[in-house]
Amino acid sequence: MSTAAASTLRGASLPKWSPYAIVGGSIVLGVLIGLVGGLDSKVQWGLIAGLLYVLGTYVIAARVEGRRQAKDRVATSLVWVAFVIAVVPLVSLIWVTVSRGVKVLDPYFLSHSMGVVANADTGGGAYAAIIGSLEQVGLATLIGAPIGILTAVYLVEYGRGRLAKAVTFFVDVMTGIPSIVAGLFILSIMLIFKMQPFGFAGSLALAILMMPVVVRSTEEMLKLVPNELREASLALGVPKWRTILKVVLPTSIGGITTGVMLAIARIAGETAPVLLLVFGNPFINNNPFEGAQSSLPLFIYQQYADSAGANAAYDRAWAASLTLIAFVMILNLVARGIARWKAPKTGR
Amino acid sequence: MDISTQTTDASPPTPPQPSAAEQKRNARGATRVGDRVFLGLSRGSGILLLVVMAAIAVFLTYRAALAINRDHGNFLTTFEWNTNLIPPTFGIAVLAFGTVVSSIIAMAIAVPIAVAIALFITHYAPRRMAGPVAFVIDLLAAVPSIVYGLWGALILVPHMTGLFSWLNDYFGWTGIFSWDGGAPRTILTVSILLAIMILPIITNVSREVFRQVPQMHEEAALALGATRWEVVRMSVLPFGRSGVISASMLGLGRALGETMAVATVLSPDFDIHASLLNPGGGTFAQNIASKFGEATEDGRDALIASGLVLFVITLLVNGAARIIIQRRAEYSGANA
Repeated sequence: MSTAAASTLRGASLPKWSPYAIVGGSIVLGVLIGLVGGLDSKVQWGLIAGLLYVLGTYVIAARVEGRRQAKDRVATSLVWVAFVIAVVPLVSLIWVTVSRGVKVLDPYFLSHSMGVVANADTGGGAYAAIIGSLEQVGLATLIGAPIGILTAVYLVEYGRGRLAKAVTFFVDVMTGIPSIVAGLFILSIMLIFKMQPFGFAGSLALAILMMPVVVRSTEEMLKLVPNELREASLALGVPKWRTILKVVLPTSIGGITTGVMLAIARIAGETAPVLLLVFGNPFINNNPFEGAQSSLPLFIYQQYADSAGANAAYDRAWAASLTLIAFVMILNLVARGIARWKAPKTGR
Repeated sequence: MDISTQTTDASPPTPPQPSAAEQKRNARGATRVGDRVFLGLSRGSGILLLVVMAAIAVFLTYRAALAINRDHGNFLTTFEWNTNLIPPTFGIAVLAFGTVVSSIIAMAIAVPIAVAIALFITHYAPRRMAGPVAFVIDLLAAVPSIVYGLWGALILVPHMTGLFSWLNDYFGWTGIFSWDGGAPRTILTVSILLAIMILPIITNVSREVFRQVPQMHEEAALALGATRWEVVRMSVLPFGRSGVISASMLGLGRALGETMAVATVLSPDFDIHASLLNPGGGTFAQNIASKFGEATEDGRDALIASGLVLFVITLLVNGAARIIIQRRAEYSGANA
């Protein structure tokens, strides 16, 4: 190459600190332009700084290192910019939920309901919603988890031929069913039998959403169980079903638990089917088999949608969001912890 | 497996010869009651899943057929959703338009960013950073959609006015970006929110695919003197193309069916407008959620009919995505 005129084999290159210098320079310039141009929005400042960073990187690198290196550096900086763009909404979301949620989130909020509290008034809480959520999600797990795990056992341990292929394909497709369609399905059955909304109907829809997720994750875990374990057990004359129950499932129980917990975390946040089937209820209803109930996601939606902009209702919506996110995140973290702690030793 | 069929209670030294019928049963396998029960249970669960899928299709079609028979307008082309009229008049044209447009814009925003983040995690980030970044993306996926909806309606919407007036100033002449100055609860805001929501799933699936790129391909490119970007462009992206396509389609499936985030943000207006910045349109899922409360039984059937259309669309999109993925490798993004 003609640029490599120096005595070393390497071409000229920018010093290691140059990317940081360009970042700093473009932020300073972006702020300056923002101030001088009188732009109100901080977002515009950020965008200008980002643009300057990418352009500056290209021009400087092209002059010093040549065009190929410049393209490489631009790609690197674009990838970094994309990462920053993706982090902004998450940080904003978590920050807003926590900062607004803690305003009314206290034991009173968690232990009282909306029964006689008007939507625009302060006070009240999410107790009925929490009870509803726990019961609906619990029942859905009781239905969805065993069916999901058994299906995965079938696919991994027995499944050959057409049926297994069809199940695999439709499990994949089922993961993509919009939650509202699962709700409409149960609704169409309820319409036929002229039933009024009740908690267990929501559980059924949630179970439909849960099953494919459990099947997928359990399947992955069962595939990780080394074949030698199965063969050793079978060679001792243990029947296949006992081999599965006593060897295969215990070996992979950590991963299966993780999968089920992640699935619970997913359905706990579902609003649409609950809206159609459980309907919402400001009063406490402990019986999931009769009468409308509430649930946390539904509580958030109704506080937002039915309140005509009352601040007290928004505060409650944020507090319930914080409760829900905390619940989901704890499930996620515990699930990941179990996965790491109980990971099957695959010898790799 | 054959091994399981061997008898366990062999009494040495001379085990009694099993009868011919017994031998035949042993050769077929599954002689023990426990085995048969367990196989039946697990196969039954698999079949139950298929039955549920079929039942969804059958029941939705049945109620939808009832509704469409009562429909006074044309179900496909009517620009109206008045199910309480006698006779009811409704059509899905506006919903189909809103659903497709908002999802496609969401894809256009999310896919490049998601691919870039996937590359960031697999090829660009310092090793110590890659793990935490992947974890953050997973958390983004775990946030319930109603919380996104609340955030979108109360935080994102007020922040959109700046962008809207900027778009109106410089691109208003196109007609697509003209703005009357109303609250930015429109298709474009919805699309941006959807883009944020589908980002994690596209990122996760693309990341898995990029990880599977044979090390040899990358090393060969490096040995030829390629820069990192050239490695990515010449060996990683071509290898991962089909994976990225199916990841995008999974994201599309999710965007099409998203309910609560759209229902909280959009201020619906049952009409189609050229401009993305003025109120208008609606999506299937949003329409179901917001019209459900006031719907009579006929109205609910009409909503079920629109849900059936949504079901078919997502089925096609997801099925296509899965076929592309399965043809390529044994990988599924179901847990993503």
